[in-house]
Amino acid sequence: MADTYDLIVLGSGPGGYVSAIRAAQLGLKVAIVERERLGGICLNWGCIPTKALLRTSEVYHYMTHAADYGLKADNVGFDLTKIVERSRKVAGQLNAGVKGLMKKNKVTVVEGVGALTGKGKLSVKQGGGTVELEAKHIIVATGARARDLPFAKADGKRIWTYRHAMVPEEMPTKLLVIGSGAIGIEFASFYNDMGADVTVVEMLPRILPVEDEEVSAFMEKRLTKEGIKILTGAGVEKIETGAASVKATIKGKDGKSATEEYSHVVVAIGIVPNTENIGLETLGVQTERGHIKVDGYGRTNVEGIYAIGDVTGAPWLAHKASHEGVVCVEKIAGQDPHPFETWNIPGCTYSRPQVASVGLTEAKAKESGRQVKVGKFPFIGNGKAIALGEADGFVKTVFDAKTGELLGAHMVGAEVTELIQGYVVARQLETTEHELMETVFAHPTLSEMMHESVLGAYNRALHI
Amino acid sequence: MPIEIKMPALSPTMEEGTLAKWLVKEGDEVKAGDIMAEIETDKATMEFEAVDEGRITKIAVAEGTDGVKVGTVIALLEGEDDGSGESTPAPAAKESEPRPSPEDPNKTGSEAKAAPEDVEDHGKPADSQVAGSAAPASGTPAPQRAAGERVKASPLARRIAAERNVDLASVSGTGPNGRIVRADVEGAKTGAAAPVASTAAPAPTAEAAAPAPRPATIPDVPHELTKLSNMRKTIARRLTESKQQVPHIYLTVDVELDKLLKLRGELNAGLEARGVKLSVNDLLIKALAVALIQVPKCNVMFTPDQLVSFGRADISVAVSTPEGLITPVITEADTASLSSISTRMKDLAARARDKKLKPEEFTGGTASISNMGMFGIKQFEAVINPPQGMILAIGAGEKRPWVLKDGTLGVASVMSATGSFDHRAIDGADGAQLMQAFKQLVENPLAMLA
Ligand SMILES: Cc1cc2nc3c(=O)[nH]c(=O)nc-3n(C[C@H](O)[C@H](O)[C@H](O)COP(=O)(O)OP(=O)(O)OC[C@H]3O[C@@H](n4cnc5c(N)ncnc54)[C@H](O)[C@@H]3O)c2cc1C
Repeated sequence: MADTYDLIVLGSGPGGYVSAIRAAQLGLKVAIVERERLGGICLNWGCIPTKALLRTSEVYHYMTHAADYGLKADNVGFDLTKIVERSRKVAGQLNAGVKGLMKKNKVTVVEGVGALTGKGKLSVKQGGGTVELEAKHIIVATGARARDLPFAKADGKRIWTYRHAMVPEEMPTKLLVIGSGAIGIEFASFYNDMGADVTVVEMLPRILPVEDEEVSAFMEKRLTKEGIKILTGAGVEKIETGAASVKATIKGKDGKSATEEYSHVVVAIGIVPNTENIGLETLGVQTERGHIKVDGYGRTNVEGIYAIGDVTGAPWLAHKASHEGVVCVEKIAGQDPHPFETWNIPGCTYSRPQVASVGLTEAKAKESGRQVKVGKFPFIGNGKAIALGEADGFVKTVFDAKTGELLGAHMVGAEVTELIQGYVVARQLETTEHELMETVFAHPTLSEMMHESVLGAYNRALHI
Repeated sequence: MPIEIKMPALSPTMEEGTLAKWLVKEGDEVKAGDIMAEIETDKATMEFEAVDEGRITKIAVAEGTDGVKVGTVIALLEGEDDGSGESTPAPAAKESEPRPSPEDPNKTGSEAKAAPEDVEDHGKPADSQVAGSAAPASGTPAPQRAAGERVKASPLARRIAAERNVDLASVSGTGPNGRIVRADVEGAKTGAAAPVASTAAPAPTAEAAAPAPRPATIPDVPHELTKLSNMRKTIARRLTESKQQVPHIYLTVDVELDKLLKLRGELNAGLEARGVKLSVNDLLIKALAVALIQVPKCNVMFTPDQLVSFGRADISVAVSTPEGLITPVITEADTASLSSISTRMKDLAARARDKKLKPEEFTGGTASISNMGMFGIKQFEAVINPPQGMILAIGAGEKRPWVLKDGTLGVASVMSATGSFDHRAIDGADGAQLMQAFKQLVENPLAMLA
């Protein structure tokens, strides 16, 4: 006899476990199936452990620059094992937290590898055998994994994916990071601050290609100043793995190929959704370029089967997965949530300096045929930034000249990942420049730059 | 403090009304929901309910008074806990609110004493500033809505509404707790949101173009004078606006009716048990709705900046009443069953004649139909009902000599139908396509049932 539930969630990442909690809150009987660790990539191998590592490299940077603050710190050094240990401990703590949340919400956790076997049916392979589960609704939240280079599979020794890069046993001396999205830039920043010689190679003409062009240009200049070598418009053609090093042949902007030796390579060229061997074909669930096709409520083409998170497509972010999950579950429970939309999802890169943005870039806003007003305020004009010793960066805002809609915001500099939410809330509430200008910002804070940027878009900035 | 009870805005277009009848007198106790007065608006007579509890201390506007501007204090109410000794005279109360600010007309007595937590009120200074600064200079009236109902809207929605001259009171909100958000104002553009129910006059010059009350010289012929009802005034204003501002183009087709009449007979035989009897007009409403979906270029509304294309067909049906013409709306006529159209139409028409239609029942259609067949009119051209893009005028079905399919001359039931199209929004060829689609649906009526 199969165990019967109202809802089964396959995968326990930020998409899956949040869905399970919301469903339990709404009175559904829920089971969640996980083959690895509760919390998915985000908690165990993504967002959280990388932020723990980046905190280490940031503190290390301050220690090595203690003199800038009138401090003396001699013999500054680090213990790589302890750094990784801390990062794992942070992940472990959150993993335990999710376990606690499942228990509190009376969500049944089923360990094992799950696959759909029919409508409303899911079987879970465990060490010993198989468990059969049944539910009217099944949410697929199996996430994604790192994409491999076609000609050089990650081996964990010299060629790393993010998983390996997160638990290094030795410090790379010379590191090649392939791909300059958020993950690539974060690892480049971490290893650079820890003292490695880092090169980033990006096929597109600029790094952080989804960000505003001014942000990309700023980051390229700044990271170069920090000692990172950046190759844009360049492709890796060949990788030869040796015992103690890797030889990479890179075709540069100028069309010339050159080979260089590196101690390690991090491959961060994107992700592949986990859609194989979970029974999608049996039920005829439609996919599109590998991702499961869903509507605004996470519904697939097959009744009773839903999908959320990385497995459904961009943006591949934890908060996107969670929000999709909540909308999906509320709809299942008979509520009337607003369908999921992507227009107001912030994106952050936690490198040093940080990058944060939401909405349209200036170029995209213009492409859409709108007249825009652009404000840009530099960190150097902000008292708090100078006091922090972080006077490098800017806050840029893009408004629709006609309606005053805040079309997009783009920031780079210290702590901007904590600032962006102010603009996200403003956009969600559909405020115009008018309300933002009338808002009082605390002094001295970095957030004052958010005010100034808006004022600047209307030629009213005060401190510039 | 006595609560001021003000002339409510009972429909989106109401600017003034007639205080037809008081149902309470000074000294009466009322509680929320009690009907206090009957108010005649430009479209209908409506009952005015109390929203607060208390005793009527003064009736400030006598019954039978017409031209009472929305927002005028019509009575004073003493709340329960107000000291009875402190019976503030009306003039003092008036002084406490001396400026006729644009948002005041919308406040009812209860709102005037709204608690501070009512922050999303339209009365917020910031809001009126935004709307005021962006509103065209012609003095377009502020949005008006039913008594006691606040308009919750995002700042961006307000800005866009002001810019496009959209009356927020006529927009239904899809945001949290019915808040009007951008998509609602942009309406049909995204398709996802509810269509804009109706908008204010399309051009900001509407006010100026209204017929000037010219002092007419009445010829020396024995005569009688009848005061214009509000409804008559509204009809006069709107039709004048339409003919002055909307370039009409007229397209006529002759349509063979025999198959439709036969189908109607068969359907009615089947529907008899359910007490439904379809009229020819019910079928024509459906045909127009389906045709509009087939030719979406005609299911549109012209605004100064944008063309609004609707995702479904809501048909306004002209109904004549002793007071004048009114157009109740059959919503979703493209997808509704014929029996539903028929039942709704009967109910709406009956209530229209009794002046009992609610404002939302006669505003917001996407196109109109007007049938004068029963008066034996062979063919006519109707005036577009702005801001809609078209109206279909139906003439009488009659036996006419007709060239049959085989080329011989015979007799068929035929009617002439003329579409009037707003030529700013709809090209002649598109209008012609709609008329073709309509003709084909009527001549092969099974297609509109599928
Ligand atoms: C290095 C790195 C850093 C990142 N940093 C950030 C960041 O800072 N901010 C951010 O928003 N996002 C970040 N992300 C992205 C984020 O981790 C993902 O967007 C998020 O985890 C997606 O959540 P999900 O629920 O869709 O899937 P996942 O988190 O991938 O969870 C899917 C779960 O399903 C399980 N599963 C899969 N198949 C089966 C099966 N057949 N049976 C049972 N279980 C199964 C998996 O084991 C996994 O636990 C980062 C990603 C990486 C790799």
